[in-house]
Amino acid sequence: EQKSDRRQSCLLPVVAPPGADGAALLPPSTPVFFAVLKKRLVKLVVNFLFYFRTDEAEPIGALLLEHCRITKEEENVFSISFIEEPERKYCFECDSEEQCQEWIEALKRASYEFMRRSLIFYRNEIQKITGKDPLEQYGISEEARFQLGTRKQ
Amino acid sequence: MKLNERSVAHYATCDSPADHTGFLRKRVERHHHHGHHHHATSYQRRWFVLKGNLLFYFEERDSREPVGLVVLEGCTVELCEAAEEFAFAIRFDDAGARAYVLVADGQAAMEAWVKALSRASFDYMRLVVRELEKQLEEACKSLAACRKSPQRSCSSGRRRHLSNPALLPLQEKPPILENGYSTWGGGDDSLGVACPERDGGHAKPPPLPPRRRSAASGTAGSPAMPESPVPPETACFSKLHSWYGQEIATLRREWQERQKRGHP
Repeated sequence: EQKSDRRQSCLLPVVAPPGADGAALLPPSTPVFFAVLKKRLVKLVVNFLFYFRTDEAEPIGALLLEHCRITKEEENVFSISFIEEPERKYCFECDSEEQCQEWIEALKRASYEFMRRSLIFYRNEIQKITGKDPLEQYGISEEARFQLGTRKQ
Repeated sequence: MKLNERSVAHYATCDSPADHTGFLRKRVERHHHHGHHHHATSYQRRWFVLKGNLLFYFEERDSREPVGLVVLEGCTVELCEAAEEFAFAIRFDDAGARAYVLVADGQAAMEAWVKALSRASFDYMRLVVRELEKQLEEACKSLAACRKSPQRSCSSGRRRHLSNPALLPLQEKPPILENGYSTWGGGDDSLGVACPERDGGHAKPPPLPPRRRSAASGTAGSPAMPESPVPPETACFSKLHSWYGQEIATLRREWQERQKRGHP
């Protein structure tokens, strides 16, 4: 299911002054080397992960979740990285390990590509058992994107 | 607004299957200046690529990154009464969002685009996947029932399947390939999800979801839609649309100015 309105602490790979958004988790006197842990509202909407400053209605950023990898990091932390830049990680710290696992599971299934391949898998399995193509009722069985074993066009 | 635009551009141009591509003329949306009500309508020819719920458009077919992105959520696709023939529009439930007016080369092209775009939303795909998931569970159950009482003839009528060892893997849980990442090595294999243990629904196929008209008041009476749209989030997408177009336009202007000044 969609996870929305979950408050997450977000470690962004960007240097910012502590306390700039009023919600930094480090005291202002702490030297900043790489980034500041910033509290963000993080919302998963279809295959996008939006993030907001707390109590703001408009997002300040988004991540398209296609061709990405979700990785469990240290305790309560997961990261998102992308194929063309695998060493760059967007890290997120959760309030609990359980919450961390929930997010990982949700994000792993968040892409359109994941759904497409689920559909092809189910179609294939149903056809093996029943001998019938379940997509015919939708009139989409001939579309190139749903063909079994098709990877490239 | 930040976006992982390198990843977006990569996804737009990589070889993952595109659901539809082609040239379309896109109406240029001009800002309404104060006191200036009349302006000529103009169109720009762009190369459009539909991947999933994302409609990218490029200046040229071989451009390396898109100049625009439209997220097809919370929108309707309809023919429109433009001065141009073969015109259709993508309109959003979010009142503040701009519409996209597109013109195809001919009747067939227009119909193909409208059909492809109407089916592009994440919700539609999710609906179909969930329905197939249920159907697979039902099929597994029938299969298990047939196996328990081999005298009883199975509804599928194909006894060959009952002893087919290829069906056994359904009981296992192969690794799940997430988000398209695992295929980067080039291997192609099926997605592994076992028959779900939980209660399945009915095997009755739902009709195609109707185009959503009003997000705020819920769906237009289709019992098959299990969820209502998410109106607040469509505002996020319209912000993303306008940001993306502006950002790319700014970067290109800067690049062009540097070129004029003779910088490398």
